Amino acid sequence: MNIGEKRELVCINCPMGCMLTATMTENGLSVTGNTCPRGEKYANEELTHPTRTLTTTLRVENREGKYVPVKTNGPISKEKLFEAMKVLSDVKVTAPVKTGDVVFPSLLGEADVIATGTVD
Amino acid sequence: MLKRDIVIVGGGPAGCAAAVAAFDAGTKDILIIERDEGLGGILRQCIHNGFGLHRFGEELTGPEYADRYKNMVIERNIDYMVKTMVLSIEDGKDGAKVVTAMNSENGVFAVEAKAVILCMGCRERSRGQLNIPGDRPAGIYTAGTAQRFINIKGEMPGKNVVILGSGDIGLIMARRMTLEGANVKVVCELMPYSGGLNRNIVQCLNDFNIPLKLSHTIAKIHGKDRVEGVTIAKVDERLRVIPEESEYVECDTILLSCGLIPENELTKSAGIALDNVTKGAVVNQDRETEKDGVYACGNVLHVHDLVDYVSEESDIAGKAAAKYVQNGCKDQETVKTLNVEKMGAVRYTVPQRIDVHENQEDVKVYFRVGAVLKDVSLVVRDGDNELMRIKKRKVAPGEMETVKIKGSVLASAERISVSVE
Repeated sequence: MNIGEKRELVCINCPMGCMLTATMTENGLSVTGNTCPRGEKYANEELTHPTRTLTTTLRVENREGKYVPVKTNGPISKEKLFEAMKVLSDVKVTAPVKTGDVVFPSLLGEADVIATGTVD
Repeated sequence: MLKRDIVIVGGGPAGCAAAVAAFDAGTKDILIIERDEGLGGILRQCIHNGFGLHRFGEELTGPEYADRYKNMVIERNIDYMVKTMVLSIEDGKDGAKVVTAMNSENGVFAVEAKAVILCMGCRERSRGQLNIPGDRPAGIYTAGTAQRFINIKGEMPGKNVVILGSGDIGLIMARRMTLEGANVKVVCELMPYSGGLNRNIVQCLNDFNIPLKLSHTIAKIHGKDRVEGVTIAKVDERLRVIPEESEYVECDTILLSCGLIPENELTKSAGIALDNVTKGAVVNQDRETEKDGVYACGNVLHVHDLVDYVSEESDIAGKAAAKYVQNGCKDQETVKTLNVEKMGAVRYTVPQRIDVHENQEDVKVYFRVGAVLKDVSLVVRDGDNELMRIKKRKVAPGEMETVKIKGSVLASAERISVSVE
């Protein structure tokens, strides 16, 4: 962004969805409209390196017809979401698996994939 | 006959939270009756994150949030039955309630309860209730049904998708189906504003360049055996289709995310009065319905934006039901009853009435407005006397608002009203 340039953003950290205005100044990005510090952090990241937490399901190979919900244990690069889904489409989990278990480590080198549900 | 102090109908987030709250308030003889295979309710299929920020101070997925409450139920050894359907709630002897239920193991059976908490949740508005003209092919699902297919059964309902309604479930499913390889062509919203959260419009639609067409609807569904396409059209300010501004969109699947309706067949058949706006029971500040000892909380009472608020409301109902049982199945003496009047843009309030007791505690009133409004005030009055005024930058139908009315104020009040102006 050039100095003086403005961007309007909606913070996605919580359901409040604050309307943010980010303005580039000589001293870096100035953010207004946020009600908490996470909004400022979000605007900075969103305009430089946007990230998202990915949630999906994985097939449980030894339980017919069962799927376990999973998530990345931290946000990953937004532009890698589809690549991540492609990697995970071949991943199978073996039961028993419980909430919090790492089911696929280091997805694209960005985060571990952990189970968010339990299959006995 | 089986006897319990409290029977809870439904083991979703409301039922679990109400059970935990009642147990912790000292009434421990509880039975939760759930029709699905396990506790957790609809959260089991809501695999996305964003739950629990208020309740647990961290961002959880639906199954994680459900697990926390399920574990609280199990830690307390609270009894629950799954794959069991409640058929009716009737008056028994001496103020007791008779809950009739059935399952494949016990057949039809009855439980006598001192108090009942209704936690049946809600259902999605279906095509039949929306009256969409056109053919009746396969490929039309509510967003929640599609969510169950994908997240629980591992089946994709279709490839080329048009979504009607921009409620949060519809937005979440737009992202979910896109990530699973479907082409979500457009989301149409009848109203000039979205019913979903802004954050979901950003992370579910904008992130994937899915267009959101406000003031648009599906004017006709085409297809013989399977959906082949839809006619989408702009609507005027009275929500009537403008035929000149319509276009044909090819698709094989339609998802409907057009609002939720509390599931109150049991409530109605028990002779309990419903509010015609919320479609849930009329309750007091304890979430007690007009029938003594019968409480309601969660989405069966009114549709909530966040499960965190469901848990909060269920705490109130659970505690109150426990107290009712401990008090010998009697309500605390009521000094007077105040009906909460709705003024200005306020569509409904919960509770609808406040039964004022001696040493009345503060009461939080939840309400929704009927339109998106900017720079408004939330005003509480006793007759013409203004008690409270809170300025808001923006209010919207999709966001529940609250005001807390002090107990001391209620003690002297004669006519309470809540207004947005």
